[in-house]
Amino acid sequence: MTEASTRETYGKTLVELGKQNKDIVVLDADLSPSTMTSFFAREFPDRFFDCGLTEQNMVGIAAGLAASGKIVFASSFAIFVLCRCFDQLRLCLSQPELNVKIVATHGGITVGEDGTSHQAIEDLALSCALPGFTVVVPADAIEAAEAVRMAASAHGPFYIRLSRPKTPIVYPEGYRLTLGKAVTMRQGMDATIIAVGIMVAKALEAVDILARQDIDCRVINMHTIKPLDEASVVKAASETGAIVVAEEHLAQGGLGSRVAQVVAREKPVPMEFVNLGDKYALSGKADELLQRYGLTASNIEESVKSVVERK
Amino acid sequence: MAKKLRRHVITMIATAGSGHPGGSLSAADIITALYFKVLRHNPENPHWADRDRFILSKGHAAPILYAALAETGYFPVAELATLRKLDSRLQGHADSKFTPGVEMSAGSLGMGLSFAIGVALAARLDSKAYRTYVLLSDGECEEGQTWEAALSAAHFKPDNLTAIVDCNGIQLSGWTRDIMNLEPFTRKWQAFGWHTIDIDGHDFDQILSACQEAEKIKGKPTVIIARTIKGKGVSFMENNAAFHGKAPTWEEAERALKELE
Repeated sequence: MTEASTRETYGKTLVELGKQNKDIVVLDADLSPSTMTSFFAREFPDRFFDCGLTEQNMVGIAAGLAASGKIVFASSFAIFVLCRCFDQLRLCLSQPELNVKIVATHGGITVGEDGTSHQAIEDLALSCALPGFTVVVPADAIEAAEAVRMAASAHGPFYIRLSRPKTPIVYPEGYRLTLGKAVTMRQGMDATIIAVGIMVAKALEAVDILARQDIDCRVINMHTIKPLDEASVVKAASETGAIVVAEEHLAQGGLGSRVAQVVAREKPVPMEFVNLGDKYALSGKADELLQRYGLTASNIEESVKSVVERK
Repeated sequence: MAKKLRRHVITMIATAGSGHPGGSLSAADIITALYFKVLRHNPENPHWADRDRFILSKGHAAPILYAALAETGYFPVAELATLRKLDSRLQGHADSKFTPGVEMSAGSLGMGLSFAIGVALAARLDSKAYRTYVLLSDGECEEGQTWEAALSAAHFKPDNLTAIVDCNGIQLSGWTRDIMNLEPFTRKWQAFGWHTIDIDGHDFDQILSACQEAEKIKGKPTVIIARTIKGKGVSFMENNAAFHGKAPTWEEAERALKELE
């Protein structure tokens, strides 16, 4: 598969949005060359504020700008803007429902060599715990651009998680994202893989392997984790009778927990989970880490087989 | 008027049975000066785009803000009796979602200065003439975010921003100097690049002239260090940490109201 950078796409999309709307303001915390908000900074220096290493302050400034009518994008690495600033996100953005879009890069363990301190693997649990937040994890660069555009035109706080490395392209050019509406990437009737972010491409790899073993597997990209497309979950449970959830996140509080709540309430079926369990990861190359911590196509394949056996 | 607002504070908190009288009473003269003399605002149109903004960072002093908002006509004075009650617009800590005239949800300390910088920068981006005021407590200057914000205000230079610190010297469990000393306080702000003005926070003329001076300072933000007395106006609450976050009994409230006649 061709690969592209979600964060580079983010930077370019911000410039495109900045040209269309003068109320778009961008904040960063000394990471603009990495989050690629630097493109916007170059184009619109008056509407860009580098807050330095004051992430909590950055969230507060973002709130003040949004309360005064601005559409604010605030970026840093996921660990610093989401995990470090939880109280600020809660009281300054979530409770007053302010129009701030937190777009974090370097989500998950694919940050790689920088290690535990830089690997946000609890950010989805935290962001989903904030009432009023829309939480989106794009599967590729094309979807990332769409997510950023949608966030700019929708009112309210957003968390969008992007990755450090380039990721496989899973969508054709011209794909249009609808917030809160999951995308069925493959039809299938034996089981459903519900995946998000980089795990969507892995799920697509897994279904090809499974097809050769006569297991006909559905793949759903749940790009919007909150609000969750519950109808697609219930449909998958009813029609395929088994669900595997795959995400680059800890076991608790992310997509797996959210899908399981719906399945338990509406249509209980066997489920399996492909995630990072309950531990921090080490330094290493992204691919080595995905292998080590069980986030590969073959991990998904194994989980599908065991969930199908339990039907 | 400050006395009247103080009486509201006592009655409101006694009626609610909980709340923070000390920090409302120390800020009463500052709030009165702002709402009745300094701010350009329109209680009939709380969202008027050109209004001066007042941000209460020390969100536990909500009662004194509510008293000022009611007396200037944002909502009926009678509504003050609903403080902290279920479904009241007057939440325990200042809340922008429910209360007309409240600009920011606060109560977790140290967040207001950052918010105020955002509001002031928006005015600059939109070439608007409104001014942004933010009231902090000295206790919340122990929060790291306050100093992150102080750094960034000196960096972004919003000279349309006036911060006021209600330095009553007492926080929940005792004297600030004993718990986490902030002195030399004014010199810290100066070192961070702010224009500073030291005043007696209970002297109306000093408050007004400090606000006027701040408007004339260009190229940097201004902080007014207002030395105040926690619980000011009620003898048994003055300099008494016990009344940081405790409601007076009805008997205490009656004594307090008598002193505030």
